[in-house]
Parts: sequence; C-alpha cells; structure tokens
Amino acid sequence: MHLDEKIWLFLSFGMIMIFMIFTGYQALALGYGPPSHKETIDPQKVDQTAPFNEPGIKQIGENEYEVVMTLQIFSFTPMDIEVPAGSTVHFTLTSKDVVHGFQVADTNINAMVMPGHIQKITQKFDEPGEYLVLCNEYCGAGHQAMSTTITVK
Amino acid sequence: MQTAIKQNSFKDKANQAFGISIEDARISKSYLSVAFIALLLGGLLGLLQGLNRAGVLTLPSWANYYQILTAHGLLLVVVLSAFFTIGYFYAGLSHTLGGLLPKVRKMAWIGFWMKIFGFVLVVIPVLMNEASVMYTFYPPMAAHPVFYFGLVFIVLGIWMLSAGAFTQVANWRKNHKGEHLPILSFFATGVFVLLVGATAFVAVEVIFMIIPWTLGWVDGINVMLSRTLFWAFGHTAVNIWYLTAVSAWYVVIPKVIGGNRWNDHLTRMVVIPLVIMNITGGFHHQIVDPGISEGIKYMHVFMSLAIGFPSLMTAYAMFRVFERTARRKGGKGLLGWFKKMPWGDVRFLAPFIAMAAFIPAGAGGIVQSTNQLDQVVHNTMWVVGHFHLTLGMSVVMTFFGISYWLVPYLSKRVLTPAMNKLGVIQTVIWTLGMVIMAISMHIVGLFGSPRRTSFTTYGDFAETLGWNPYMAAVGIGATLLLIAVILQVYAVFNLMFFAPKGVTEFPIADTEPGEAKTPYWTERWGIWVVLMILVISMAYVIPIVDMIVNAPPGSPPFKTW
Repeated sequence: MHLDEKIWLFLSFGMIMIFMIFTGYQALALGYGPPSHKETIDPQKVDQTAPFNEPGIKQIGENEYEVVMTLQIFSFTPMDIEVPAGSTVHFTLTSKDVVHGFQVADTNINAMVMPGHIQKITQKFDEPGEYLVLCNEYCGAGHQAMSTTITVK
Repeated sequence: MQTAIKQNSFKDKANQAFGISIEDARISKSYLSVAFIALLLGGLLGLLQGLNRAGVLTLPSWANYYQILTAHGLLLVVVLSAFFTIGYFYAGLSHTLGGLLPKVRKMAWIGFWMKIFGFVLVVIPVLMNEASVMYTFYPPMAAHPVFYFGLVFIVLGIWMLSAGAFTQVANWRKNHKGEHLPILSFFATGVFVLLVGATAFVAVEVIFMIIPWTLGWVDGINVMLSRTLFWAFGHTAVNIWYLTAVSAWYVVIPKVIGGNRWNDHLTRMVVIPLVIMNITGGFHHQIVDPGISEGIKYMHVFMSLAIGFPSLMTAYAMFRVFERTARRKGGKGLLGWFKKMPWGDVRFLAPFIAMAAFIPAGAGGIVQSTNQLDQVVHNTMWVVGHFHLTLGMSVVMTFFGISYWLVPYLSKRVLTPAMNKLGVIQTVIWTLGMVIMAISMHIVGLFGSPRRTSFTTYGDFAETLGWNPYMAAVGIGATLLLIAVILQVYAVFNLMFFAPKGVTEFPIADTEPGEAKTPYWTERWGIWVVLMILVISMAYVIPIVDMIVNAPPGSPPFKTW
C-alpha cells in the first residue's frame, strides 16, 4: 500500500467518523433526533381513540400549542392552522388509511405517518407567513392535491 | 482429477481462442436484449413524466401519472438493471471459468423464462391500473394479487440464476484447488450472494405477509414490518447494480485504457465488505419513520455510512490506475497525464463519466443516510436527483460503456469507428440530460418539492410557483435522455445483428507484474456469508422483534388510485 493511499484511507475513515460524531451529538445530546415516536393505535378506530377523537389545535402554554392531526386520503384534519409568530407547535399525527408523509416546506418538519402508529414532531415558527403543508409519500390518485397551510401571524 | 484439470485448461484456452460458445452467447444476448428494450420503454415513460412535471403535458385520461411512474421504476430498476447484470456476469462466468456447464445453461434459461413470466404477471395489473403502487408497494396500499404473484416468480428466477452461478463457481473451484477465483467471477459471486440475501427479505414480505392478506386469508398487515423487509431488499438491489458497475471499473476499464488492474488483494478487500455490510444499509430509508427508536436509527447511520468506506477506497484505486497508465504512456505533470487518457473511446469515456458522477452521488448518499440531514430531504425531489445520479449515471453509463464491447464480443462482430463515434455522441447527450435533470432535482428538493407527485401548484401556492423553472429543466433533461436512449438502443441492436463480423475480446486486465500473491483467505466465501448474516442480525433482530411484539392491530388493504 502506498503512503498516499494510507493517508487517503485515513482521511476517508476520519471523515466518516466525524460525520458520526456530529450526527450523534446533535441527535442524542442536543435533541435534534429524527421523529421516532413509538406509541401505537388501532388504525381502524382512530376516530374513537383519544386524542384523535378530537383533532384540532390547543394552546398548552405561553407560545406553545399542540396540534392533534389525522391524515387520510387526500386531506389533513384539521386544515388551515393559525399560530402567532414565535410559537412552538407540537404535532401529534396518525393515518386513518395508507402511509402518508407530513412535510412543511421551508421548515425541517418531515415525518412518515403510518396507520397504526402515532408520530410526533415539534417545530418553532419564528417567521410570520403562510407555510405549505404537504403529503410527501405517494398515497393514491389524489396525492398531488393533499395539502393545507399553517399561517404564522 | 488430473485429467479433469487438463480438460479444463484445454477448454479455457479454446474459449479464449475461439471466443464465447454460441449457446453461452445466446443466453447473454437474450438478457441484454430484454434489458435494452426495457430501457427504451422505461425511457419513454420517463419522458412523459418529465414533461408532465414540467407542466407542459397533460396525460390522457387512460394513463395516470402514478401508473406510468410505477412502470418506469419497475422497468428501469428491476428489469434493465437485473437483466443487464445477469447477462454481463453470465458472459463473464463463461469467459473466465471455461464455458458454462450444460446444467448451468439450462438453469440460466429456466431463470430467464421465470423472470419473463413473472414480469408479464406484474405488467398486466399495472397496465390495467390495478397496481399503481410504485416500485415500493408499501402496504396497506394493495395491488391486485396477480402483481404479487409476478414478483414471486421474478424472485424465483433470481434464485435459479444465483444457483446456476454458484454451481458454475463451485465446479471451477473443485477443479482448481488452491487457486483464486478469477476476479470477474469473484465479483459475480458477491453479486449473486447479495441477490439471494436481498430477495430473501422481499420474498418473506410478499409470500408470508402480502399475498395471504390480499387474498383475504388474514384481515390485517403489519405495516412497519412489511416496509422494513422491503427496504432490506430495496436498497440492496440498487447497491447490487452499483457493485456490478464497480466490477467493470476494476477489471475491464484498466484493460480498455491499456493498463494493469489495481492490486488484486485490495480489490477483493473492497468486494468482501460491500457484500458483508450491504443489506443493513436499507434501514436509512426509514430515518423519519415512527416506531423505531432513535438509538436504533443512530446505529443504522453507522451501518449505512460504513458502506461509504469501500467506495472511497475505490475512488482512490481508480484514479491511481488512470495516473499510472497515463504516465507510462508519457503523461507528465501533476495533472497533465490526464490528457493521455483515451477520451475518444466510448468504452472508456462512458464509464469514466459514470465514475466521476459517483463523487457527488456518493456525497449525496452520505447526506441522506445521516439522521438530521435526511430529515431535510426525505421524500423530496432531492432523493430522485440522487438516484438518477447513482443509477442513471454511475451504474447505467457503465452498462452502456460495457455494451460497446460486450455485445460485439457475444455476436462475434466488431465496434466500428463510426459506431464508436455514435457512442461518444450518445454519452455526451446522456451526460447533459442527466446533469441538467439531477441538479434541478437536488435544488428543488431542498426547497421542499416532494417526489412521486404529479404536476401540482397546490392551489397556486406562491412558493411552489418558484419550483416550476426547475421542473421545466427536468423536462428538458428528460427530452435529451430519450434521444440518448434511442441512440443507445440502436447501437446495441446494430452491434448485435448488423455490425461487421470479426473478433472482439472480453477485456480483462492483468495485475501489475511482480505483485505480492493475494492470501487465500479472501476465497473463504462461507465465512463472508456467515459474517454477512451476523451483521444483518445485529441490525435487524432488535427492531424486527420490537415491530412484531409491539405491533398495532393490522391494517386492511386499500386501493386509493
């Protein structure tokens, strides 16, 4: 093995390790880990199961909101959410039918929403404006129409 | 025993002198023909999608976008790549192991017809719009049961072909005790081991979970488990196509440029970890899934990134071989040797661009398999841009480069200078098309444009209007690509049936003279398979047990298109 190859392999290995350390530090120490909630639910009884029997937005603290939302072909319930600027929003999500994706453009919100599983993701909205919420997992013929908005005032 | 060796080495020599036998050639030609017809159809469907997403084409009422996308994905990721890989490696096994055994030939044909039969079963429901479920067919979306029966036959065909390859390799090893398997057959062994390993997961998903459920024998399906089994297959499949391309980079390209191949020991040391660590990489498709803890996901970041290491070794090896060869031809200076490369030879140019594309493609892959970064791009057009770089450039352009010598080798014809020029033009058009398309997809994906979504402005939402110029560029890229597809398919069938008769060699580079002998332990495939199973167990036992034990009530089937 040539010296320059050893250097290259050392750098390659080092780069991967640095990636790992950053990722691990951010995920486990800073709490930036990906959405990984582990609660389950009967996918055929979503409407009868709390908290999804009352989907909607609820203030739970100063500048803090909880949104309980169901995803179903080809809509979100509730639609057209409004929150004041600077609020932190906790989303609690599940699907009533097939696999959906929950993405809010221009934020880091991006989570898979599966039938039978409850997914949670939190985001602080500082910038006022209208945000596009869309389904980013193919869910059927009307998938391209599955969207709503979050308005930050 | 003695006579067996003699006979075999006689056969080896005969094979090299007279070229491939007609029977072996027919097998590979059949596989390659199917592959390139799939390319033509898949490319045509790709253009329809590109133009639809560019907003210039409204699809007719009898063909919906998602049906076309399902067919596009299946034709290119399942048919083109698999048929090419098998045709190429069966030719390689025949060439380097002294001709296929009669029973292996028979297995290759049984495998061929099983795959074709399976594919017909898959295509019928897709055409009838009964299976617009994409290449990933995530339950609880359910296609017509015939779709899944087709998948089963495709997998059985793959197993038959793998068994054929293993039979051929085992026979050679029995007759060549203590010798190293020729390098191309070493790659082939790795590829067929991975094919069996990967398809085993999807076979369990389809046979034991989906089929009983679509037939109504069971009421519900475990959505997370089926998805996890799928990705153990789905990601490995594309890595297998990549490993096939890598085999040509190490073994064939050095010969094409008139050099020697990279150190044999290190080459085998790239193949082995790629086989052992590959299947676990699929998990990074589930980084933003519910039901999997952050700890498991973090472990899988490590397992996915580990595959990056052999690829970084490959990057070094390739440029080192190029530099060494070019300097021997009189290339000077730190980078001046670059001019000595045979840029006008399509057999080099296409795979070279393929390798260069893997630099950004691999970097993008590292981004996607890292937790937080994946959350930014997951299921956006970025991912589509990524696999058009990896598959559409790194893999497929290598396949194109291979076709310009493999097809004439099989048909006992030659690549004429005119056809070579056509190949160079084809390579340039394809490169332009893919670069325009992949860059636009990456950018618009960062803005948030989702993948697998037909043309939409989400009710003229202001922000999405800013995505449109990029989608228009995707349409331009797709148009260039279809032109390149037509040229490529023309070249393949011309070389197969009409080019001038002659002898074309199967280019396999020699090692550097005086290289240290590769230790024999690299040949211990039994150990590599056991290690592969151990790594898979480490990765999958805990999450899969968790998914089964803590499963929610199952989901019924849905047809939502």
